[in-house]
Amino acid sequence: MGLKQNLHKLKEKYKGTKMEPAFNALHTFLYTPNDTTHSGAHVRSADDLKRTMNTVIMALVPCLIFGIFNTGYQHYAAIDNTLRLDPLGNFFTWDNFILGAWTVLPLVIVSYVVGLGVEFIFAIIKKHEVEEGYLVTGMLVPLIVPIDIPLWMLTVAVIFGVVIGKEVFGGTGMNILNPALTIRAFLFFAYPTWMSGDKVWVQGAQAMAGQPDAISGETILGTLAANGHPVYSVWDMFWGFIPGSVGETSTFLILIGGLFLIFTKIGSWRIMLSSVIGAIVMGLIFNGIVDQGWIQEGSKFYGLMSEVWWHQLIIGGLAFGIVYMATDPVTASQTNKGKWIYGFFIGFMAIMIRVFNPAYPEGVMLAILLMNVFAPTIDHYVVRGNIRKRMKRLKVKTA
Amino acid sequence: MSKDIKIKKGLTINLKGEAEKTLSSAPRSRTFAIRPSNFHLIIPKMVVREGGKVQAGDTIFYSKSNELIKFVSPVSGTLTKIERGAKRVIKEIIIEADPQDTFKDFGVLSPDSSSAEAIKARLLESGCWPFIIQRPYAVIADTEQEPRDIFISALSTAPLANDYDFSLHGKEKELQAAVTALSKLTKGQVHIGVGKSGSSPFKDLRDITLHTISGPHPAGNVGTQINKIAPVNKNEIIWTITPQDLVIIGELLLTGKFNPERIIALSGSEVKTPKYYRTRIGSEAATFLYDSGLKDENVRVISGDVLTGAKISPKGHLGYYSNTVTVIPEGDDYELFGWTRPVFNKISTSRALTFSWLTPNKIYDLDTNTNGEHRAFVVTGNYEEVFPLDMFPMQMLKACMVKDLDAMEALGMYEVAPEDFSLTEFVCVSKQPHQQIIRNGLDLMYKEIG
Repeated sequence: MGLKQNLHKLKEKYKGTKMEPAFNALHTFLYTPNDTTHSGAHVRSADDLKRTMNTVIMALVPCLIFGIFNTGYQHYAAIDNTLRLDPLGNFFTWDNFILGAWTVLPLVIVSYVVGLGVEFIFAIIKKHEVEEGYLVTGMLVPLIVPIDIPLWMLTVAVIFGVVIGKEVFGGTGMNILNPALTIRAFLFFAYPTWMSGDKVWVQGAQAMAGQPDAISGETILGTLAANGHPVYSVWDMFWGFIPGSVGETSTFLILIGGLFLIFTKIGSWRIMLSSVIGAIVMGLIFNGIVDQGWIQEGSKFYGLMSEVWWHQLIIGGLAFGIVYMATDPVTASQTNKGKWIYGFFIGFMAIMIRVFNPAYPEGVMLAILLMNVFAPTIDHYVVRGNIRKRMKRLKVKTA
Repeated sequence: MSKDIKIKKGLTINLKGEAEKTLSSAPRSRTFAIRPSNFHLIIPKMVVREGGKVQAGDTIFYSKSNELIKFVSPVSGTLTKIERGAKRVIKEIIIEADPQDTFKDFGVLSPDSSSAEAIKARLLESGCWPFIIQRPYAVIADTEQEPRDIFISALSTAPLANDYDFSLHGKEKELQAAVTALSKLTKGQVHIGVGKSGSSPFKDLRDITLHTISGPHPAGNVGTQINKIAPVNKNEIIWTITPQDLVIIGELLLTGKFNPERIIALSGSEVKTPKYYRTRIGSEAATFLYDSGLKDENVRVISGDVLTGAKISPKGHLGYYSNTVTVIPEGDDYELFGWTRPVFNKISTSRALTFSWLTPNKIYDLDTNTNGEHRAFVVTGNYEEVFPLDMFPMQMLKACMVKDLDAMEALGMYEVAPEDFSLTEFVCVSKQPHQQIIRNGLDLMYKEIG
């Protein structure tokens, strides 16, 4: 008897027991279930939620692999600055990969084990199926944290994020805030010293602090916020040979991932495009302010405000946030018109927060969370437009 | 008068086993069945007892809430069995047919010279009234209220559906009688939607407003046409009738006989020789299923099309309103890594390793597998791609689920029927039962408001 029959027998055995959701989660991972249609349409399209989520993960894998190499590269380049002269030649090396994998993979494993653990527990308690939302969240989380974050911290944050960000609302599809960003925001507010500064972006920097061979690495945004001059070229920024959270540095790979999501129709092109437009508009406004001479070189906002508008798109986590997190269908606006407004304000606010928040110079996280909260309001007004039209039709009729 | 309507949003599902355009007569069925569940929200009050003799056209039962609405026998014979389910709900009324039909004579009624009252009375007494479905609520029309307009779609875009240009061929006389009669029952118009190409028998009729419709499914759904031509407003009633039912009405008026003949399209990938059959409402499906032959045992027989039809047993009977019978394979099997493997043999509106976008004209052999498990609503924007009505489908479904009557009304619930949500149900990533949700929502509204 094959695996298929054995699993089918086990499924029947677990039916109605407490462990049913847990078993089904594993079973459906192997085999698409034998469920058939009962009411309504007798045939259904090929897409399900697993396929949808899996597509997002596929779009994230290049960022993960790049992040692993970049972790090693930033570490060794901080020790030996000459490596930066030829980033491409010194990037894809075994040393970089081994060090990176050794640091990044534990983050991935902790994120998935803890997060899915919480999901399974809730599924068993609340007797619903294990939903696939965390497959994406679990991959996003390691990519948006600083590399040296202690694993216990990540564990606490993931539990908080999944329980408070999602399960209390009823699980995937019901949450108001993006779970991955809830986790990130929790870390940011609970452990601020671990989330910013020049010691957290390079593997080993925290551990070696105070020693004679101490290393450090600032993000470009950090440098600009301090009115400094980043040492990285535009191409470094675009390809991603810069310090930052694990997976967010390579604008190039994010662009590829974004195009893949748009092509597969899994990610909303409306949100991505309008976010970029929003960011450009805000960047241009700030550039204009600087050009007008309203902000002088001594101002603490000068560094970020004077940064050329299109550079804003390729530094920091903006691109990553726009492509992978603003497009989360559950927390974004759900109407097509609403998506334009929602996206525009994410880009707009992200750059604004970036410039005006001295403590933490990346705004995309807070911009997305803020717009997550406003998304239902935006939808409400978009839907009301349609309702108004219907009311008007009625009035014309009865008048 | 003719108007062009072009539907842009939608999805045409090409399935294997299209009925060949040849007409055979199905052998006469031994028994006929009427299932009250075909008549939504009607509670039958029996007139004929078990063992009673009936002619074609004799009242079998009427609606408990409105005794004017009568349901008649499609055949002459003996009522042999009233099958009841839980709480003594009548599930099926079985009539054993006589070898030859005798018809109750209702008398000829000229549609041109008769008054609206006479026509209405004739439709009610002859059991033709249940063919008229009203919106809002998608139920059998209220006998008290006059409709604003009457809509008839003579275009079928549903997968493997009956091609009316073929099945109505030569019925111009009956159709004309029926539309003329119906046009007297409304102050508005009788709107008829036909395909752009093809030779619809409606094209030369009078007393109608003809619209030519083009575009993907659901262009042929009457709900789509209503929404594009003249949407239903609050406190308005419109009627919808399918073209084959018009033929029955027309024949009744011209000959005085209730002759519920159906020309059904027997289609689907599991049918050996898919083609058209002349049969009768309530016939045993086996009469034509086994005449044509089925390829496999493990099949689903659907009275209706694959998107909106009802499952019947191969030994069961043709539904009251069905003019298509589709047979497709059951999909009760597992698929290894079905959620991540590239898919070439199923339809999808995404491109997430699904490749149906490469071959829009490919003909598919879909089974009844749901291709995934039921989930909460997650993905947004994909319903809108296949939903041409000017409203928000997901918001509507959610309003129905939380029973928010105000929102349902504001979002346009008066305009819809469950079948309008059949395509969103097809593409739904979360495998939600859209048509059931809408049906429950409509029922709730009917109870509370209507």
